[in-house]
Amino acid sequence: MISQFFVLSQRGDNIVFRDYRGEVAKGSAEIFFRKVKFWKEDGQEEAPPVFNVDGVNYFHVKVVGLLFVATTRVNVSPSLVLELLQRIARVIKDYLGVLSEDSLRKNFVLVYELLDEVIDFGYVQTTSTEVLKSYVFNEPIVVDAARLQPLGPAAIFMQGTKRMPGTAVTKSVVANEPGGRKREEIFVDIIEKISVTFSSSGYILTSEIDGTIQMKSYLSGNPEIRLALNEDLSIGRGGGTVYDYRSSSGSGAVILDDCNFHESVRLDSFDMDRTLSLVPPDGEFPVMNYRMTQEFKPPFRINCLIEEAGQLKAEVIIKVRAEFPSNITANTIAVQMPLPKYTTRASFELEPGAVGQRTDFKEANKKLEWGLKKIVGGSEHTLRAKLTFSQESHANLTKEAGPVSMTFTIPMYNVSRLQVKYLQIAKKASSYNPYRWVRYVTQANSYVARI
Amino acid sequence: MAPPAQSQRSPSPSQPSGVLIMVNSKSEVSDLKLQLRQLAGSRAPGVDDSKRELFKKVISYMTIGIDVSSLFGEMVMCSATSDIVLKKMCYLYVGNYAKVNPDLALLTINFLQRDCRDEDPMIRGLALRSLCSLRVANLVEYLVGPLGSGLKDNNSYVRMVAVMGVLKLYHISASTCIDADFPSILKHLMLHDSDTQVVANCLSALQEIWSAEASTSEEASREREALISKPVIYYLLNRIKEFSEWAQCLVLELVTKYVPSDSSEIFDIMNLLEDRLQHANGAVVLATIRVFLQLTLSMTDVHQQVYERIKAPLLTLVSSGSPEQSYAVLSHLHLLVMRAPYVFSSDYKHFYCQYNEPSYVKRLKLEMLTAVANESNTYEIVTELCEYAANVDIPIARESIRAVGKIALQQYDVNAIVDRLLQFLEMEKDYVTAEALVLVKDLLRKYPQWSHDCIAVVGNISSKNVQEPKAKAALIWMLGEYSQDMQDAPYVLESLVENWDEEHSAEVRLHLLTAVMKCFFKRPPETQSALGAALAGGIADFHQDVHDRALFYYRILRYNVSVAERVVNPPKQAVSVFADTQSSEIKDRIFDEFNSLSVLYQKPSYMFTDKEHRGPLEFADELGNLSIGEAANNVVPTQMVEENDKDLLLTTSEKEETKGSRNNGSAYTVPYDGSSTSVFASQAQIESAVSNPTLAGHSPQASFAIDDLLGLGIPATPAVPSPPQLKLNTKAALDPSTFQQKWRQLPVALSQEISVNPQGVAALTAPQALLRHMQSHSIHCIASGGQSPNFKFFFFAQKFEESSNYLVECVINTSSAKAQVKIKADDQNTSQDFSTLFESALSKFGTS
Repeated sequence: MISQFFVLSQRGDNIVFRDYRGEVAKGSAEIFFRKVKFWKEDGQEEAPPVFNVDGVNYFHVKVVGLLFVATTRVNVSPSLVLELLQRIARVIKDYLGVLSEDSLRKNFVLVYELLDEVIDFGYVQTTSTEVLKSYVFNEPIVVDAARLQPLGPAAIFMQGTKRMPGTAVTKSVVANEPGGRKREEIFVDIIEKISVTFSSSGYILTSEIDGTIQMKSYLSGNPEIRLALNEDLSIGRGGGTVYDYRSSSGSGAVILDDCNFHESVRLDSFDMDRTLSLVPPDGEFPVMNYRMTQEFKPPFRINCLIEEAGQLKAEVIIKVRAEFPSNITANTIAVQMPLPKYTTRASFELEPGAVGQRTDFKEANKKLEWGLKKIVGGSEHTLRAKLTFSQESHANLTKEAGPVSMTFTIPMYNVSRLQVKYLQIAKKASSYNPYRWVRYVTQANSYVARI
Repeated sequence: MAPPAQSQRSPSPSQPSGVLIMVNSKSEVSDLKLQLRQLAGSRAPGVDDSKRELFKKVISYMTIGIDVSSLFGEMVMCSATSDIVLKKMCYLYVGNYAKVNPDLALLTINFLQRDCRDEDPMIRGLALRSLCSLRVANLVEYLVGPLGSGLKDNNSYVRMVAVMGVLKLYHISASTCIDADFPSILKHLMLHDSDTQVVANCLSALQEIWSAEASTSEEASREREALISKPVIYYLLNRIKEFSEWAQCLVLELVTKYVPSDSSEIFDIMNLLEDRLQHANGAVVLATIRVFLQLTLSMTDVHQQVYERIKAPLLTLVSSGSPEQSYAVLSHLHLLVMRAPYVFSSDYKHFYCQYNEPSYVKRLKLEMLTAVANESNTYEIVTELCEYAANVDIPIARESIRAVGKIALQQYDVNAIVDRLLQFLEMEKDYVTAEALVLVKDLLRKYPQWSHDCIAVVGNISSKNVQEPKAKAALIWMLGEYSQDMQDAPYVLESLVENWDEEHSAEVRLHLLTAVMKCFFKRPPETQSALGAALAGGIADFHQDVHDRALFYYRILRYNVSVAERVVNPPKQAVSVFADTQSSEIKDRIFDEFNSLSVLYQKPSYMFTDKEHRGPLEFADELGNLSIGEAANNVVPTQMVEENDKDLLLTTSEKEETKGSRNNGSAYTVPYDGSSTSVFASQAQIESAVSNPTLAGHSPQASFAIDDLLGLGIPATPAVPSPPQLKLNTKAALDPSTFQQKWRQLPVALSQEISVNPQGVAALTAPQALLRHMQSHSIHCIASGGQSPNFKFFFFAQKFEESSNYLVECVINTSSAKAQVKIKADDQNTSQDFSTLFESALSKFGTS
């Protein structure tokens, strides 16, 4: 049971504010914002998602730079409230197409209308976009999608992939196409976030894939859908320890440690032929989340060397090698490395002919940054940096710098080899042939090489 | 993509914000008033669109906090419309300002009541919702009629709204709501409505209403108990998949309070809910896990299987979803890991920190890594932790070092770890050295055999490089303790004494005094001058403790040096276990409140919420506020040894109690003043005592009243009856959380008044005597409290060779020499026998 719900901008302005029970004083938004902003005096630490001030519990989630907040005095389930906040953001996004401060401000009356139906007297009534459609009457005022940051993992498809219709993922579930016709289409996105830690000698210490099959349907008439996954997919690692890297990766079988499903998913034939059947509700939702610690081939190898090069000087060499096929291209790559605290200067040297690369030494937090627009599969890139120190270093340099961390996005590539074999839409008419988009992407969650 | 029709016609105002508008708001508001007035009577085409724009402006002002209540009249005038969007905005406005404008709110009653009879169910529902949201006490008479018909409406949307309306009415005027008999209508709807959201709302409303009423009405508390009765629970469980995911959470929370009669029922429920563990919504999964954990509390093997079963879903939830959601789940995982670390010892890699995680996540993970470390994974865990010690995030780096130290203190084989710690000392980072010094000190207190290796390294550290008081104190302690092995000790101490006045920390000065004393006993000629200077500095010290200690040392030295040595530097035994910072009782309570904020805050709810907000069905407050610790000592049979650690059923309190008693012989705490041992437990008890100061005075009276109402009072038998055939288990064991759970779930089987003989009353000056006495009759105390004249005890007993429990609440008033006794039993048939047994035992108290 929650008492209030509000959305604050990054500057702390109220964009919407709804009080459901009148149990918490009106000034709660300011109290909350001050607390979040100045959590620790040094500003180093972030405020946790849930905290208590004078008997009031504040919950918040950050979505596209906005703070979605709920308050209550009751000892509720924190998962429930945080999940709810996330879901409210998703419902609003389903309606507005794009979730941003601008679109919220333009549509705040619609948002109030939604909020009134989602929660009554602090109790959740429904968060299903489908159900809400019959209660909600305001029509969204669509804002220009192109210049706004979209929400959710599917957002990455916005960048660079020309094959996708630009407005596809930013289309409101209730708005019609120009001409009043609705385009029949369905999106299935397989999004994998990978975490890898390499030891200083290049061994993989830990690796994990956190994947989601995300769906967004614009199909009319709620047809049933069948989604077939790899036939050799298996779930749960029998016996053995969870981390067992001796199992060969060449065997081809995809083994998930565990997974969970959206409530609309029926698993009647899952055990037999690995198909999921569901009637997709309107709006965006995860069909399945999965987790995998099976060994996989990391898309990048990182080599890093730091050595003294004379008095008060050192050299850093970072090599990144792309170990995926050459028809695949990773984009928006960023490499970071903390340098010794007494570094005063860093001069960089890129390979001859390097394009779309950017280097920087962040004086304030003593960090080296290397950005690459794209990396083609199979290629290798090197960065050399000459460091100048303000004091002599007594200790081992490798204890003063690193680790190297990396972020990237690789479209149309997934490391787990989990696949959607086919996507069947049950509708009789032979002329009915909606657009089906099945897209894959791999992103770095925590990709770290120790030195 | 086309913008929606009406916004094409008249572009929407974007929401105003900023200072300029605030300044102009006054004139803007009066401008709006004028425009609204013009539109109010108009029937011109397109007038609804103009109204929409105006209404939007009004609501946007309302949102940013500009007072637009002066427009109330005009808004109401404009609300005569069939446009549903307009109506909704108007309802929103009215709901916001009715409370501060009760007179004007009356204006809206008319059109809202009319709308409640509209033919469109949407309008009926909306109007009813707004009507109930006015929160004006003198308008409640207008609510009863529409609510009554709303509850009978053939449209489920209207019923759904009406049910919440009843709850709103209850909060405005409880008596109106009760008098209209709405709760019983809700009860009927809950069990018969075809729409699951209506059912869910009934359940929410009834839980709130009955919980609030229960304190004053016995009937309400019976109704509240009825919600967790078998028929209701089964009815809801059988339909659980029809409920929305949120309503499922509600049902699952209710199931947590239900006590199945036997294990086959438990397995049925668990099988039914098994697939809920695969739900993508973390709230559903955690609620299910709570049910599983609670149901199996008394089934050791199954309970353990539950831990194994829930591991994978929890880990999946931690790694999917937003960082906020995963934090909430991780906190729960943390709780389970701390309770049963060995279950998770092979999953330690999941607890490795990622560089981009926020500190509050890393901190939880560090604690989990510390907890799961065992012989087989320690090497890897410590290697990983050492990586974090060089972390850019200094607070985390510090905590990683502390984690290494904790692991060292809990391991049997510490060789490798000691080496690592000593490497930290050589890392030449101030904070690393500081943390490592504190750790080495603790390590030496536990493993004196390592002193040789450690002292060699510590001796190389220049005291000038150590600034943090804790670290400095640790270094000084080692200098004093091992002065015979450290060549320079007297001289290092001497130089520290010379800078007495520059030393800001009293803690350091206290340690310096003691260390110089110890050094003096071992190497008198070298230390004498330093001692003199230290005592002089100490006696002149402005800090009271330092002054007192210096004076004490001075006098005892003058009295007799060898006595002084025995007092200040006696031979020490190694510390075997360092005290935990959180009492086990508190940990158990947090576990009891699984899937709530208590887990995130790591505090039981009574520490951060007011009583009325503790959530529905919170029965166990009184019990929890009594002290449990002392009683547990008596409960635990002495033969419980190491295996306890593998026994999930034992709550942490029992585990620690047994450990404590085992260690009693050797656990001598070295007199180390800045020691990390904490007195949190006793603090918490004081807090809880403060939070419920009326307990001792009021509860006996309350139970008198309830006994009479129940009519269950059995007249006290004057003669002492002979003990019946019932045999009790002499070694019965029951952990406090199971006791609490049972106590809140079982009905009162018997309630009676027993006379206590005068000798018994006299003996009660030491309540412990009663506990021992009852234990000799196989009746064990689980909690006790209170002070003269009212003492309160909770006892339990178990039937011999059966797991059937008897629970007793016994309030003894020493001035009237009467005991009020309430008995609850798993097996109701034998409760009379048990009662007789209990009475006979109690009546013998003080006579034997």
